Amino acid sequence: MFDNVWLIPILPFIGFLINGLFGKKIKNETVIGTIAAGAVFGSFIVSCMTLYKLLSLGSEERLAEVKFFSWITSGTFNADVAFLIDPLSCIMIMIVSGVGFLIHLYSIAYMHGEEGFYRYFAYLNLFTFSMFLLVLGNNLLLMFVGWEGVGLCSYLLIGYYFHKKSAGDAGKKAFVMNRVGDFGFLLGLFTLFWYMGSTHNVWTITFSEMAKTSHLLPTGGVVTVITLCFFLGATGKSAQIPLYTWLPDAMEGPTPVSALIHAATMVTAGVYMIARMNYLFIRSPETLTVIAVIGACTALFAATIGTAQNDIKRVLAYSTVSQLGYMFLAMGVGAFGAGVFHLMTHAFFKACLFLGSGAVIHSMHGALHHAHSHDDAQDMRNMGGLKSKMPITFATFLLATIAIAGIPGFSGFFSKDEILWQAFSNPHHGSLNILLWGMGAIAAGLTAFYMFRLVFMTFFGECRITPKAKDHLHESPLVIVIPLIVLAGLSVVGGYIGIPKVIGEVLGGIPNYFEHYLDPVFKYSEEYMSVHGAHGGIHNIALEWGLMGTSVLIAIIGITVAYALYVSNTGIPVKFVAAFPALHRAVYNKWYIDELYDFMIVNPCKSFSQFLWKGFDVIVIDGAVNGVAKSVMALSGVFRLMQTGLLSNYAWSMAFGVVVMLSYFILK
Amino acid sequence: MANFNGYLIISAILFSIGTIGVLTRKNSIVIFMCIELMLNAVNLTFITFSRYLGNLDGQIFVFFIMTVAAAEAAVGLALIIAFYNNKDTIDVDEVQLMKW
Amino acid sequence: METLFFLIISLVAIVSAILVITCKNPINSALALIMTFFCLATYYVMLDAPFMAAVQVMVYAGAIMVLMVFTIMLLNIRVNATRQQSHKVLFSIILGFFTLINTLVIIFKSRAALPTGPYSGDMIKNIGHTELIGKEMFTNFLLPFEITSILLLAAIVGAVILAKKKI
Repeated sequence: MFDNVWLIPILPFIGFLINGLFGKKIKNETVIGTIAAGAVFGSFIVSCMTLYKLLSLGSEERLAEVKFFSWITSGTFNADVAFLIDPLSCIMIMIVSGVGFLIHLYSIAYMHGEEGFYRYFAYLNLFTFSMFLLVLGNNLLLMFVGWEGVGLCSYLLIGYYFHKKSAGDAGKKAFVMNRVGDFGFLLGLFTLFWYMGSTHNVWTITFSEMAKTSHLLPTGGVVTVITLCFFLGATGKSAQIPLYTWLPDAMEGPTPVSALIHAATMVTAGVYMIARMNYLFIRSPETLTVIAVIGACTALFAATIGTAQNDIKRVLAYSTVSQLGYMFLAMGVGAFGAGVFHLMTHAFFKACLFLGSGAVIHSMHGALHHAHSHDDAQDMRNMGGLKSKMPITFATFLLATIAIAGIPGFSGFFSKDEILWQAFSNPHHGSLNILLWGMGAIAAGLTAFYMFRLVFMTFFGECRITPKAKDHLHESPLVIVIPLIVLAGLSVVGGYIGIPKVIGEVLGGIPNYFEHYLDPVFKYSEEYMSVHGAHGGIHNIALEWGLMGTSVLIAIIGITVAYALYVSNTGIPVKFVAAFPALHRAVYNKWYIDELYDFMIVNPCKSFSQFLWKGFDVIVIDGAVNGVAKSVMALSGVFRLMQTGLLSNYAWSMAFGVVVMLSYFILK
Repeated sequence: MANFNGYLIISAILFSIGTIGVLTRKNSIVIFMCIELMLNAVNLTFITFSRYLGNLDGQIFVFFIMTVAAAEAAVGLALIIAFYNNKDTIDVDEVQLMKW
Repeated sequence: METLFFLIISLVAIVSAILVITCKNPINSALALIMTFFCLATYYVMLDAPFMAAVQVMVYAGAIMVLMVFTIMLLNIRVNATRQQSHKVLFSIILGFFTLINTLVIIFKSRAALPTGPYSGDMIKNIGHTELIGKEMFTNFLLPFEITSILLLAAIVGAVILAKKKI
């Protein structure tokens, strides 16, 4: 049935091998770019075929495992290299290959003339391969391989401009923070395997087996421990509090990388993982609460920081963190389908936004370069009035912004509103629900505000760079524009496959296709909820309409405020900053979280390492090693005296040895 | 029976004398001759036992030892000559390049 | 009579062996060594091994010792005045003494085996030593015998290479 599914990860891997091994020899950028983008396009075609085949099956049969070979077999432990094809993994491979292909295409033009062009594409292909492994793996261990693989590629690509110290540092920061999360992932894996094996004699790490045996698990208790460990892994990979600070720094990488890895795909791996193991998470109300609270906090917190940043990519980075917070909020309230839906729509509009910002930066960079200006090409304070210079980029950017702001009719509205409604109405958190909804709604308003602030500062008003440079601003080439148009189109229409039920009923009974499509993946959770759901959720259509209206209203207020502050009356922000300098400084400096981490964790670690180095390593370890060497030298100094170089001495020693040995045998 | 003991004692004495010679002399040719003496002492033992046990294998062995000794003499003396050409002496204590 | 003869030969052999290791001049050592070889040849005759005695005289006393004497003459080394240090000589003699004891013990311990072979003294006298050796050599020991030729060839080549003026 799914015989050719192995092609999906293998094609990018072949691209990686070709570009990685021979890219330096090929040199021709067109060839390298074509190989890399073509490989991902091939994966996209195969993914489409896989999805088509999956859809042709009945909804209950949409689960297939394709085993290629046994990877590790040790006693009761067994891990295969096998792929799991179900609606969830299918939607993921569609996102990864589709968005991935567009971004590869975009990169050909964006990275033109960069040193190490082949290296960039080799990494990008390796990333795509790892991401496929992550989403397709049918067991936790294979997923972990992909998990680590994408982490590695993320590190390599953040540090792509490795000659810049900030880029290298950002790469290391991302890697180390991800390691903290991976640690949690592994602990969760081990605990789950050990617990299921020792208490129920179910030694498995395969997702489908785990789902079937999940009814053996208790509610809470050890499951809370396991799921919290997994959630720690998710916070690292998906940049949630407390491990989110690496993502804004990751913007040191090339912009398409930010679009692919740090917005559309890799950072959603944590969401995917929770959705994949929903039957575990649903069994621990405590973990769900933690996830929901952390998700909501992250959404709100990152949104506040986003309002005061001036670097265009940083705004988008905090926006990504905030949107990921929404996804985790969805996971935390048990709305797995809505979370995955938001994952998908977010992939569309955030990739579009990043690529659009990349086009702007590219254009700005070229213009500033021509004018021999050293202004920062990413600083929005230098931009403005780009609307007329780059009309297509502006149009696509605006569409994606409207989508993320949650204006009705665009994809972001459907997914975000579904999450907010579920946050309000879910049966898990009781009175906490209103708080969760409130935080989400305020974050939505802030999102609308800072996104439109970005648009207004970048595309409206007067151009703030020197007139000389201004003449060099121009629309990007076709290869850059096409992905923008496609992604903008998807940002607009992508939401219509998952229209919320209340709207669907008004429009004449359109079902929520997306939710139905994902139903088989979450059926174990639903079974559990139908048994344990103590006080079912709220089902009040009028209330839902009301909340929807409220969130839209909040978004519109955000937009209006942004318009008022940054278009019609640009003096206010300055006054505002002057009025509350401390507040602005705190927000501008990201609430000093990095400094706090430095103070609380990094510096103590450094001093402790310093102690280990100077105190322990140099004296004890080196002392032991050098001591051994020195004693050997002293001893050999004694034995060296025996090496007189005189033949008679050697002969005497030999004869003596013979006599001793003979005597031993005689006297024995 | 008794008279075989004499041969064996003689061979042991000759072997020990050869050993002492190898250990005490510095002249490499004399050392070489002492080694020949030791070989011959062993030969005498072989032939004595061969005769005593009524088995010719020992004598065949002696034959081969002689062959090896001849080859050894040729190569060994060539080595000594080469050494003399390089060092102008055949004193074994001068052979000490391997010394630390 | 035979015992007396044996004792005289033994005395000559031991004395000449001691001379080998004590003479200052290598030529004297060589001559003493030839004497020892002759004594050994005599022993071989007394042990009913006339062929071995003949080979002993030809190969050792003839070929090898001539080569040695020739080498000594060729190098024309002046008699070396430096002697071995006396404590080394003492240690060597002690070691030699222990070697003697060990050798004797081993030899006499291993004599437990009884005569087993078919070649009695009478048989050797009747058929002839050379013929018996020859039969043995070219039947049972043919392969080792052939291999010695390779050994000798290697020795020839080695000697030629080593004795060149410049190595």
